[in-house]
Amino acid sequence: MTQRTLSAETAEDATHLMTQIAVHQDRDAFEALFRHYAPRVKAYMLKLGSDGALADELAQETLLMVWRKAAQFDRAKASPSTWIFTIARNLRIDVFRKNNRPELDPNDPALVPDAEEPADEQMDRVQRAKLIRAAMKSLNEEQAEVIRLSFFEDKSHSVIAEELDLPLGTVKSRLRLAFGRIRKELGEDVL
Amino acid sequence: MTIKYHVLEETLLAYAAGELDNASSLLVATHLALCPKCRRAAEIGDEIGGALIETVAPATMGSAALDSVMARLEEFALEGSIKPVAATKRGATPVLPEPLRSRVGGDVDVLRWRRLGPGLQQIRLDDKSGGPSVRLLKIAGGRSVPEHGHAGAEMTMVLAGGFHDAGRSFGRGDIEWANADVVHQPVADEGEDCICLTVTDGPLKFFDVIGRLAQPFVGI
Ligand SMILES: [Zn+2]
Repeated sequence: MTQRTLSAETAEDATHLMTQIAVHQDRDAFEALFRHYAPRVKAYMLKLGSDGALADELAQETLLMVWRKAAQFDRAKASPSTWIFTIARNLRIDVFRKNNRPELDPNDPALVPDAEEPADEQMDRVQRAKLIRAAMKSLNEEQAEVIRLSFFEDKSHSVIAEELDLPLGTVKSRLRLAFGRIRKELGEDVL
Repeated sequence: MTIKYHVLEETLLAYAAGELDNASSLLVATHLALCPKCRRAAEIGDEIGGALIETVAPATMGSAALDSVMARLEEFALEGSIKPVAATKRGATPVLPEPLRSRVGGDVDVLRWRRLGPGLQQIRLDDKSGGPSVRLLKIAGGRSVPEHGHAGAEMTMVLAGGFHDAGRSFGRGDIEWANADVVHQPVADEGEDCICLTVTDGPLKFFDVIGRLAQPFVGI
């Protein structure tokens, strides 16, 4: 037993916990991950319209899925918070639409592979997560609002336009500006 | 061949946010299989979700939640990391990428097309989730989809062959996006059947005689 207190406060810590779970089925590591992420996933479900009991249940199911799929977590492809967000999002869609979210299969022989990127140009996912959070703080209020409404309020672009009393085209262009800004921070070419 | 016409950025963001309807999501996810560029952009969409989940004010979990989950860990054995791949002919690159291939139950060789009109066949792929309708269209080489408009937006992605429309040409992976007020007439390139995945928000409205005659009984 390690004496160090297990925590998921930083992305590095959370990545370490994920590895412990995947390799050793470490229950203490899972408990630390649960304490950090279950209340956040529950907040996400609440914001997207679940009542308290359902949001609690969906948060539990999300974390159980994290345990079950831990071996599929690839630290080169996602930070723990990104990976857990996608599991929570997909679970919610599967429950509410009674249909699985259409997703690509990374092992599909029809998948057109990425152009090879030199290893030293690949940015660590933990590093990227920090950059993205910084980029999101740098968005102006209008841009941050449409991103938040879209991701965390279950609102389609046309509903956002109605609520903000804006033309749909304005909502879309704010989203594109916000997205462009975040991608630029990451050093990505914009489409 | 390089893809020229991509998923719109706001549509990629809606997909990442979990806000995109299932029909459009099927088209977007299938495009992602063919397009590394949009795949990277979609990953950034996921990372935005990750940043939001990390920074949201946490809710309070029920008092029994942790114990109840810890007690259930045993019933969930850890899954292996290798996901089984849907069967395809050995060595051949499937024409239909995932997740489309699983939706239709196999690659193009198992499709059961229904005739819509001269040189035009379709397979409807709607699920029960409502929203826009989604279908595969097969246009014989050199033939056209009757000139039509839409009650809503339309996205059409090429999977095999190609078509041209209003001076632009579309090949595998390219997406043509048409607004509600656009009247257009895609024409398949000569010599090869063109297979497309089409998502339509609202019924199509045909304008020429064949289209108008066909519409009542083909269910397009
Ligand atoms: Zn693309």
